[in-house]
Amino acid sequence: MDFVTQLLIAAITAGTPLLLATLGGILNERAGIIQLGSEGLMLMGAVTTCIVFIRTENLGVALLASVGVTAVLGLVHSFLCITLRANQTMAGLAMTLFGSGFSAYLGKSISGNPLPGILPRLQLDFLKPVPVIGDIFGNLDVLTWLSFVLVIVLHLLIHRTSWGLHLRAVGDSPATADVMGVHVRLIRYGYVTVGAMLIGLAGADMVLTVAPTWNEGLTAGRGWIAVGLVIFARWNPVRALLCAYFFGVLDSLGFRMQLLGSAIPPYFLKMIPYVVTILVLMYLGYRNRNKPSGTPESLGVPYIREQRF
Amino acid sequence: MPWRLEYDSSRIRTPWWTPIVSVALALVLCAIFIYANGMSPVTVYSKMFKGAFGTSYGITETLVKAIPLLLCGLGIAVAYRISVWNIGAEGQLTVGAMAATAVTVYFPNLPGFWSILLMLIFGVAAGAFWGLLTAIPKTHFGVNELITSLMLNYVALLALDYVVFGPWKDPNGFNMPGSPVFTDAQSLPVLGGTRLHIGLIFALVAVVIYYLMIRFTRWGYELRLIGANPTAARYAGIHIKRHIIIVMLISGGLAGLAGMAEVSGVSHKLMQGISPGYGYTAIIVAWLAKLNPLGLVVTSVLFGGLIVGGFSVQTIGLPSSISEMLQGAILFFLIAGDMVTRFRIRRGA
Repeated sequence: MDFVTQLLIAAITAGTPLLLATLGGILNERAGIIQLGSEGLMLMGAVTTCIVFIRTENLGVALLASVGVTAVLGLVHSFLCITLRANQTMAGLAMTLFGSGFSAYLGKSISGNPLPGILPRLQLDFLKPVPVIGDIFGNLDVLTWLSFVLVIVLHLLIHRTSWGLHLRAVGDSPATADVMGVHVRLIRYGYVTVGAMLIGLAGADMVLTVAPTWNEGLTAGRGWIAVGLVIFARWNPVRALLCAYFFGVLDSLGFRMQLLGSAIPPYFLKMIPYVVTILVLMYLGYRNRNKPSGTPESLGVPYIREQRF
Repeated sequence: MPWRLEYDSSRIRTPWWTPIVSVALALVLCAIFIYANGMSPVTVYSKMFKGAFGTSYGITETLVKAIPLLLCGLGIAVAYRISVWNIGAEGQLTVGAMAATAVTVYFPNLPGFWSILLMLIFGVAAGAFWGLLTAIPKTHFGVNELITSLMLNYVALLALDYVVFGPWKDPNGFNMPGSPVFTDAQSLPVLGGTRLHIGLIFALVAVVIYYLMIRFTRWGYELRLIGANPTAARYAGIHIKRHIIIVMLISGGLAGLAGMAEVSGVSHKLMQGISPGYGYTAIIVAWLAKLNPLGLVVTSVLFGGLIVGGFSVQTIGLPSSISEMLQGAILFFLIAGDMVTRFRIRRGA
């Protein structure tokens, strides 16, 4: 395999958890609720997967458990932000702080233990003879395939269905949606919970691919990068795919340059994704200074039926 | 429905008891998790309490931990006054500690007073600069400060790894990552026989200055105005962007001071893990104190105790992350409590 193909495979491996978390974030924010708890949700998804997988040795049960736990946390976030109308910034921060503390507490006993397996891969032998495509797509894991499907499904859902119309209405103008007869709170609860589940799945994906073991704080800010990616992707699932793989490349670039014997200390290579996140956000802010950014218009604003604006 | 919940948006001030109830509910929630994990919550909590406040050693250790929490919490509170959500105190503290250490590395033979003074200036300046790196993208490019300040935390921690494993590594340190141990001239004075250092005075002075500035100066008045109503403040001709830059300089500078005090007063060398998440804990400290200066003193001592108590449960085989879990739970109940008290039960449809 040549360098470019290897880089593309690395981009997809490192980019899939970012993609899943970004898609989850998009669903949250399209419904008008800011999700800053991604880092905590990913950690909870990851630790639950590890604990259940080690105990039961059943991957399916482990994934279900991790999605279930993050669904409960998504409901907590919904309750705080939708029913109680709490400060969404603070609620997300609380989710991240609780998630990192609680996952460290739960994971202490299994820290460093290897998991009984990794994600099963779909071997597509009929693709093998095709040059680059066969190398990349002939041997991908199931969650990566799921992420491809999700990109298409969410794109069609958001832009081509009446459910998507309701979702966008709830995020842009909940008062109008309410008048149209859309159940604003129910829709928000639903998408925030499903979004949290996807972010939890992102955490599960992280522990089930390259180094299948739990370590405290193993997401190392990937959840926050996903929060940034939601903005780069302008709340659009297809763009999310491109942005996530771009960051997947950056993420694996440091590691690859180290292998190639780069003279730059590895600490600086590891800084690249964080620094680029800031620079790209600055560039987008500069370019879009006089343009609409695509932000759902009621993002972060609690909806109160009786209140006039 | 004969009864319903009604939201009363006129109730902006939350009652004084919500922080206390939040802490109590968080203790109950975590007790359930501890119990489910097969331990007795009573044993765990009493162990934590005794570890933090039960002995004179525990109390001074709690105060040692309260110093960086108070300094960072104060900085965070200044920024939160005008809704600038700085979560970068961890990184600002780290670069402050690194800058102070740089003084010891590059000017090793300065006399005590000058050495400490230069370390202070470097520490504060580095923290303030790190704060500025969050402020400028926000004011000039509209970038959310939460993402920037958090990304910069990771950058700062990687930079710390680089210097302690690389250029500043102690040649006599048995290959352990860390800078050479500071001389007495580079260390802050301590209270006889304990680890409690003069940084406590810095923190308390900073609290008094914060109170006086907010309460009695034009600057403080403008901050309160922006915090109460940004739109009105803008119409009143207040330069909001300038205020954002100023509060981030102060916020970062105070965290940088905390970092300087940690290396010079506690660890006496730069090493990995100089902060067990002070910058994140300080967020909850500031929020629990409702940004009130006296409240900050109380909550930082409480959370200092929580950290020390977290360490002391390790002797009974529990991870110290139990204190982080409690902190997150406290914040959950706190933000919920702030809102719950605004609802009122009403009769009728």
